Amino acid sequence: MFKDIFRKPKYVTLNSVPAPHRLPAEHGQEGAQLRKELPDGLWVKCPKCGEVLFNKDLEKNGRVCTTCRYHFRISARERLALIADEAGFEEWDAELRTVDPLEFPGYSEKIDGAQAKTHLPEGVLTGRALIEGLPVVLAFNEGFFMMGSMGSVVGERISRAVERAIALRLPVIIFSTSGGARMQEGILSLYQMAKTCAALARLAEARLLYISVLTDPTFGGVTASYASVGDIMIAEPGALIGFTGPRVIKQTIRQELPRGAQTAEFNQDHGQIDLVVERSRMRAVLANLLRYHQEGAIYDSTVGV
Amino acid sequence: MTQLLEFEKPLLELEQKITELRKFSAEKGIDLSTEIQTLEHKSNVLKRRIYGQLDAWQKVQIARHPERPNFYEYIPWLFEDFIELRGDRLYADDRAIVGGLARFKGVPVTVVAHCKGKDTKENLQRNFGMPHPEGYRKALRLMEQAEKFGRPILTFIDTPGAACDLAAEERGQGEAIARCLLMMSEAKVPIVATVLGEGGSGGALALGVGNVVLMLEYAFYSVISPESCASILWKDSTKAREAAGALKFTAVDCLKYGVADEIVREPLGGAHRDPRRTAEELAKILAKHLFRLRAESPEALRQERYEKLRAIGVFRTEVENGSRESGAGPASRADPVNPANPADPGQADEKTEISLDEALE
Ligand SMILES: [Zn+2]
Repeated sequence: MFKDIFRKPKYVTLNSVPAPHRLPAEHGQEGAQLRKELPDGLWVKCPKCGEVLFNKDLEKNGRVCTTCRYHFRISARERLALIADEAGFEEWDAELRTVDPLEFPGYSEKIDGAQAKTHLPEGVLTGRALIEGLPVVLAFNEGFFMMGSMGSVVGERISRAVERAIALRLPVIIFSTSGGARMQEGILSLYQMAKTCAALARLAEARLLYISVLTDPTFGGVTASYASVGDIMIAEPGALIGFTGPRVIKQTIRQELPRGAQTAEFNQDHGQIDLVVERSRMRAVLANLLRYHQEGAIYDSTVGV
Repeated sequence: MTQLLEFEKPLLELEQKITELRKFSAEKGIDLSTEIQTLEHKSNVLKRRIYGQLDAWQKVQIARHPERPNFYEYIPWLFEDFIELRGDRLYADDRAIVGGLARFKGVPVTVVAHCKGKDTKENLQRNFGMPHPEGYRKALRLMEQAEKFGRPILTFIDTPGAACDLAAEERGQGEAIARCLLMMSEAKVPIVATVLGEGGSGGALALGVGNVVLMLEYAFYSVISPESCASILWKDSTKAREAAGALKFTAVDCLKYGVADEIVREPLGGAHRDPRRTAEELAKILAKHLFRLRAESPEALRQERYEKLRAIGVFRTEVENGSRESGAGPASRADPVNPANPADPGQADEKTEISLDEALE
């Protein structure tokens, strides 16, 4: 239902850009007209302000436009590198592989294509790392893998990560980027919403912290499950977040959403999000929040190992 | 007379002929009973044949039939002394969800249900059974109340999906649904969820986390509507029939994938042909599960529900020497149905039903 969120590129991004960036940073109405093909891999045009940026500068800036602060979409690995200590990342459950339980038309080919494009087995990354020396369980949707959609493997890896966090008594941070539940696994995908929420309910019962970070875009079954139930809700500036995508709303009830609807800021104004945090500050903000939940708690149980 | 669906049209001719013959015979005093009997036999054979080989798309038509009973119509057959409780205490009372107190075979329960309208006016009131966040927050409030007072929860699912408009987005549709999922997964009271008709995506799932999930025979439960799926897959929403087959969302499929636990048989021709009999059949199966669950400890109820959810999903684990398949699905579930032939998306029910019952006895 939310496929439209990740439309096919209307322009061809440059060959020298690593594979994960081939998906355009589609963003709001104004971005649409500004996407242009550029002749040279060294440069990238900002879809929001139109500024032509030196790719290396953009990279150094966490792929945030140096002129207008527009946040380009980034891969799960890039996100991990931006927030975790260099000490290393212990990845979990990377051996889980997708099957095609419904024998759904074209699904196997789609999975093969996504694996080739991203060099990842599935659209999720889970494991354990340190943030400013604080141990934490991390999960990331991979937006470049079938739109970050959630099927059996994504649901299972997130649920296992949360269960391990309970066993290890660690806080959890999940970065969401997703078009929603994955159509090709039918009812099995739908129930991954319930499964991940059930694991998070147990995390909550264990009085362990869950921070949900919503990045562009987060929609559908992911918004209607784990992404929306953080103790603390964070979003990146300008990220589009909602239940139903704007195109589907328009098609279904002929309602045109007002400018700025479903942005991080809109969601904050409507009480859905605590903090809108720029990518450059994300690591420091997360570390601070983790520290808050290590010190001074009345319940011993909140103190992580 | 009941509105006939496209695939029921062959019946119409026969039924009309039978009516005509009866009238003629009565008026003229001619005995046509042999002819009438022959036609009736023909009609029954045809009916059985049509309903024995429904494909997924035809079941969707039955599940969406305008005369299909909505939750209100089941109330008098299922419960004594239903007291509707309204409002989410935060914003509004959403009529797309109906909830309250009821006695089911003498046992006090909390019921929460989607409710479509029976005509245009009522559908506008109930937003065609598509709840806004306040509907889910009402559901949450009532379920938390049930938990507080130790009452079992019975939910009934029948929605095209959650409301999709600006108002729903502003008030946090995603969060409202997710909170229901959290609460239901943690509840220490028995929960039995029944899909009555349409089980449309996250908006349906919000009431779907049960110890037991029942599905009416012609209900469907899907991650996406067949129309939307077709427009994504083939850029053509008129290919909904193909999409309906591909999505594997019938009651038989859901049983196979470990989502549904038992199928409630409908009268020949669908629930709308005989709502009372449908309700009686449902009540029998509800009672069986509810009375079993009531005997379990609160902790066991919660743990079982968790394990049921945890087992849903099919994947394989890559190991050095090949791989093994896990998750609930064809591998670990009783699989009474032959895997659907992709060329023939629907499944012949007549053959499968018997073995389904056997498998679950
Ligand atoms: Zn810019």
